[in-house]
Amino acid sequence: MSEGTLPLFEVFVRAKRGLSHVHVGSVHASDAAMAVRNARDLYTRRQEGVSIWVVAASDIVASSPDEKDSFFDPAGDKIYRHPTFYEVPEDVEYL
Amino acid sequence: MSEKETGAAYSAYVLGLADDALIYSHRLGEWLTWAPALEEDMALANVSLDLIGQARSLLTHVGSLDGTGRSEDDLAYLRDERDFRNVHLVEQRRGDFGQEMARMLWFSAYQKALYAALADSADEQLRAIAAKAHKEVRYHHDHAAQWVVRLGDGTQESHERMQAALTWVAPFVDELFDDSGAAVAAAVTAGVGVLPSSLRSPAQASVEAVVAEATLTMPATPKWRSRGGREGVHSEPLGFLLAEMQYLPRSVPGARW
Amino acid sequence: MFTPPEGARRSRPGHTVLMYGNDFAEPDDPGAGPLNAADGGAVEAAAAHVDTKAREGLASFDAIIAADQRIEPRDAMPEEYRQTLIRQIAQHAHSEIIGMQPEGNWITRAPSLRRKAILIAKVQDEAGHGLYLYSAAETLGITREELLDRLHTGKQKYSSIFNYPTLTWADCGAIGWLVDGAAIMNQVPLCRCSYGPYARAMIRTCKEESFHQRQGFELLWELMRGTPEQQAMAQDATNRWWWPALAMFGPRDTGEHAVTGGHTEQSMAWGIKRFSNDDLRQKFVDMTVPQAARLGVTLPDPDLLWNEERGHYDFGEIDWDEFWRVIKGDGACNAARIERRVSSHEQGAWVREAATAYAAKQRERADGAVGAGEGSAA
Repeated sequence: MSEGTLPLFEVFVRAKRGLSHVHVGSVHASDAAMAVRNARDLYTRRQEGVSIWVVAASDIVASSPDEKDSFFDPAGDKIYRHPTFYEVPEDVEYL
Repeated sequence: MSEKETGAAYSAYVLGLADDALIYSHRLGEWLTWAPALEEDMALANVSLDLIGQARSLLTHVGSLDGTGRSEDDLAYLRDERDFRNVHLVEQRRGDFGQEMARMLWFSAYQKALYAALADSADEQLRAIAAKAHKEVRYHHDHAAQWVVRLGDGTQESHERMQAALTWVAPFVDELFDDSGAAVAAAVTAGVGVLPSSLRSPAQASVEAVVAEATLTMPATPKWRSRGGREGVHSEPLGFLLAEMQYLPRSVPGARW
Repeated sequence: MFTPPEGARRSRPGHTVLMYGNDFAEPDDPGAGPLNAADGGAVEAAAAHVDTKAREGLASFDAIIAADQRIEPRDAMPEEYRQTLIRQIAQHAHSEIIGMQPEGNWITRAPSLRRKAILIAKVQDEAGHGLYLYSAAETLGITREELLDRLHTGKQKYSSIFNYPTLTWADCGAIGWLVDGAAIMNQVPLCRCSYGPYARAMIRTCKEESFHQRQGFELLWELMRGTPEQQAMAQDATNRWWWPALAMFGPRDTGEHAVTGGHTEQSMAWGIKRFSNDDLRQKFVDMTVPQAARLGVTLPDPDLLWNEERGHYDFGEIDWDEFWRVIKGDGACNAARIERRVSSHEQGAWVREAATAYAAKQRERADGAVGAGEGSAA
């Protein structure tokens, strides 16, 4: 079997407690157990993390750029979802 | 015996631990650019760096225990072959990747048991070094285990090579758990060290578990076994290793680098 | 990674030569080229640079480029943009990987345990930077295996600086101080590259690499304060690495050497490159001359002189014949570097195959287990 097919895993690192896991890059590995170790050696050797996720890149389902308009533009005019939309008297506190 | 005399008596024990880490870190350092994948270059470098760190702490401790005040570099670079106290296992030349994982599996199993036991050492400094190192060598053992399983349960070729690697490493195993020698006796008497034979059972259990999962078998008892490293009687590769490692500081005596 | 268009898999063999992210063509190549440079604080600034502008108007590739925003992997992009990036990022990655060798040579001979740890960490970083870059290239629809194959077969190049040998311990210092110094100068502007994954890889790399140059300087600093033998060693290494480091910025490309049109101009327009080779080189010289004075080494250039009028150091002409000779393969280590790389790759093949086979078995076992579970449930 060709070794050219070592799968790709996307790596997410929690930098410190209280923060979300954030995508940092990818690694190749034969399987998930090796991927999480490879990710440890590549992405956290300067204490960049306290937790790692790896996800097989082939398992990621993403929105398509072709759908960008229909996915994201419709939110553009719903300005009433933001607090700045509302006009209230300036002397009312904690609002 | 005064505290100073006690320290001097068991310093050779600590030197053995230090030299194991020093020489094995050197052999692992030789892997850079030669690992089977770039990810593995990263991993082996990390293991090597952990072991250099252990060696530096332990050597510095030896220099103060034995009353000579020698620095880590004095001890690493200015001693001759016969003054090194490491086991033969770590000085063997770099073989193939399977051999390296077989060596790392046994050595990390030994170190894991050792550093766990040293949590009860009467030497506070040694206790602290062991506590830090224990976390590191657990990872080393895991790393070796991951690969032994993949190579053992991988292809026909890798299975055969990994089995051969276990056979290759077997003659060097007994020496890790050898109680003979004055250094061990002094360290055990002082409550500082542990009998190496007491580490065999936990170390062997973790190796055997990995070997079984890897669909491999423990090799038959070898015809010969290494001995003498703790007394400074080494195998031939150590001389070459030291010639390469030490030549520069020795060529410019007294220089700082 | 993110299912690239079909065409992305057909990238043509590299025809240009790269110096750590500085991509320029050989003389007989019409698409001659560019350019990057460094600014202070640029890495942090680039890291903070995200799409803060309104989404409107960024529908097309050209609009995104015009707004100085980032192109991301699944965005539509011109095929030439994709191929230019694949070539540049790959050659940058190859430089990191081959760059492990000259310094790696000294790991077993490092003269103190502290230096040995530093050197291992540095060579390890180079492997890491290579991995970040291969990852970035893979987002453009090419596999690491294809990229390594191009390196191994000579279809893509790596920085020619690594075809020079490391002869003494001081060479490790000179590489850190001069070669990494020059590389950082080239890489910092790439933190603002228009292609998101490349820019992010560069930000990470530049942050990590700041220690590389410092440790090199410190190494030489220690030697220059040592014995006469050590001082001579440091001077000799400086003599041998100074000119190759200057050549890393690539051929002259300003004044009478300026090239317009083609590949260069296109890369500038696409936000892949930003500064001329000569500007970067000048900046590097201006930065390095005072450092050399502080170290106490002499830079091997009789023409090196402060020019009050220009506000820069004048310096002598690089030996371009040597430069092109080494690039074309006739350097001290060209053959040895590739041979070692290929040999290492081949020696590791059985290990990679084993890991792949094990993973396949594990998947089969998992499938089997699921089947059995369903059976018992029924």
